[in-house]
Amino acid sequence: MPGAQAPQQIFTIEQLVALNPYNPDILPDLESYVEEQVATQTYSLDCNLCLLRLYQFYPARMNVHLIIKVLVKALMALPATDFNLCMFLIPERLQMEETFLNLATLAHFLETSRFREFWDEANRNRDILEVVPGFEQALQGYAIHVLSITYQRLPRSILAEAINMEGLSLDKFLEHQVNNNGWALEKGGKVVVLPLNEDNQPVLRRNTADSIPLEHVARILPVLV
Amino acid sequence: MAYDGNRDFGGGYDDSYDDRPEFRDGFRDLQPLEPGFDTTNYVPDVVRTFVVYLYRHIREKNVYEIHQMYEGSFQKLSDRLFKQSKWPAVEMIAPYVENDHVFCLLYKEMWFRHVYARLQPTLEQRCDSWDNYCNLFQVILHGNVNMQLPNQWLWDMVDEFIYQFQSFCQYRAKLKQKTDQELAVLREIDEVWNVVGVLNYLQALIEKSMILQILEEEKDGNVTFTATDGYDYHGGTNVLKVLGYFSIVGLLRVHCLLGDYHSGLRALSPIDINQPGVFNTVIGCQITTIYYYGFANLMLRRYVDSIKSFNQILLYIFKTKQYHQRSSQYDQILKKNEQIDEAMFDELFSYACPKFITPSPPNYDEPLINFNQDAYRLQLKLFLSEVRQQQLLSSIRSFLKLYTTISIAKLASFMDVDEPTLRVALLTYKHKTHVINYDGTVLSNADVDFYVDDDMIHIADTKVTKRFGDYFIRHIQKFDEIVNELDRTQLE
Repeated sequence: MPGAQAPQQIFTIEQLVALNPYNPDILPDLESYVEEQVATQTYSLDCNLCLLRLYQFYPARMNVHLIIKVLVKALMALPATDFNLCMFLIPERLQMEETFLNLATLAHFLETSRFREFWDEANRNRDILEVVPGFEQALQGYAIHVLSITYQRLPRSILAEAINMEGLSLDKFLEHQVNNNGWALEKGGKVVVLPLNEDNQPVLRRNTADSIPLEHVARILPVLV
Repeated sequence: MAYDGNRDFGGGYDDSYDDRPEFRDGFRDLQPLEPGFDTTNYVPDVVRTFVVYLYRHIREKNVYEIHQMYEGSFQKLSDRLFKQSKWPAVEMIAPYVENDHVFCLLYKEMWFRHVYARLQPTLEQRCDSWDNYCNLFQVILHGNVNMQLPNQWLWDMVDEFIYQFQSFCQYRAKLKQKTDQELAVLREIDEVWNVVGVLNYLQALIEKSMILQILEEEKDGNVTFTATDGYDYHGGTNVLKVLGYFSIVGLLRVHCLLGDYHSGLRALSPIDINQPGVFNTVIGCQITTIYYYGFANLMLRRYVDSIKSFNQILLYIFKTKQYHQRSSQYDQILKKNEQIDEAMFDELFSYACPKFITPSPPNYDEPLINFNQDAYRLQLKLFLSEVRQQQLLSSIRSFLKLYTTISIAKLASFMDVDEPTLRVALLTYKHKTHVINYDGTVLSNADVDFYVDDDMIHIADTKVTKRFGDYFIRHIQKFDEIVNELDRTQLE
């Protein structure tokens, strides 16, 4: 929980954003909060959006490095649409710079589930991404999320590609999932079975029945009689 | 500023301004002033009586009459006498209304609105209008205004306030045709129509009116606000409360114009648009609310919410048939789901989107470029990239509808792509159609859903059988109500 950063500041960051969101004086607080989010692996969409909005109002005070950090944090929030939300607030001219183009490419790969290209490109951009701890795990989590709403059983190679793990580390990872999260392995480890959830087993022939609750019929009985 | 309703204004006519003989005869005796005549310094008789009556009605809190005059007479006089010119300046009419401060502010508000609507406002007028709004809102926020004004007028105030802000941003960014003098002035007047100022006023109206608490308490049944359409029948004032309410919608709109859809929706959250509320009382407000709500959801990929709200408003518009040009706008948005061609998306989006603005002043040292298109271009670009990402999805959908099970290899060959590409596309389909709700649950808005079992795709065939039962029951009940109503009136 973000607490007081200086003796006289008695509000939390969230309270500041709720009470006084258009005041440029809260910029330093928001900026240091971004650093805090990076360091403590926490995240707050509202505060970051407020920061970007204030940058929109006062472009002279824009801090590009912080914007990049905000965007990386937003990527980690997938499958939420936070990255897109942030991009709406960043001026086009800034988005043409190389770092932003790379981030946009990464986002594009993730949104279109092109995981292999994503990890390749991420490798090329280690300098931006390594600044934010927890990036790799967050995106592996996202990949698993997409896979688990799509597949019931999937070939191991696809999983490996999606989470960028191979060989022994993948084995260990699978073992952990099997023991804790209800995964299973078949065909000697070639096929991974994911736990069933609402999304990867939509009921076949889902007829929304034409049944009418009794109360509704009861209401019109006096009329019909 | 309490009004004392005991003054006698003479005149000898009945209460209603519209019942005066010259209006009953359909304005036959009113001559339009010649073009080129300086209308600001001459007060025709009808205008004089107009302000006198309006002032009296406001003091007597006769909301119905105020509404009639505001909606009807003002328009009629504008059409007849001031089609291309300005109403008399406020200094000219002030003597007839005892130089009442608040009335003058209200009159000026209408005056500027007329200028924006019929003429092209000059930079000076834009600044003056901003000052007027500041003064007006200050009085409402800090003075004790004890009036009842029609909701239509209060909504128009908020609506016009934001519209003028939008207009100013667009105007400010068009640097090409500005003279040096204008540029110099623009550089000076930083606070005029400053985005932070606008947002702060809206925020202040919301806070001072305590509208959020009122809406909360209403749910417990402690306060009546919606039930009386925001009016106060106990001799109080509705101005601050209703302005606060409409400012909520105003915030939604401004946030959307800035591209911050998430905050816009957050700002609107106190109002439940599925329940009847004060926003229903004014048609313009209802349409604005639903439009921006739907658009924000569209940009956030919550297509279900978006479509639901657009359907609701389209149905309403269809029934009232009053805003034809707007309804085609929504038709276009709904048709978006059917189109595949990207150029069409471009066109539809450009037609249907709000006029986005760049809230900060442009760099006046680069005077040769027009910046006003920047904000819009950015939103369009992001929207189109989203479209591109979803391109393959519609063809997947149409194939999936045909089968209950199909192997990945077969589908890949049908769609003329290789297997890895298809797997990726399937994942994308799932990702795009599953939205994360506010509370973190995953919600699917796909009508064709599937899962993959190693190499086979199993498709869920959702047959939505039309629910005739419910529909008929509802109409039977309605009909029954009508018949009962008729019976009752006959007996009286």
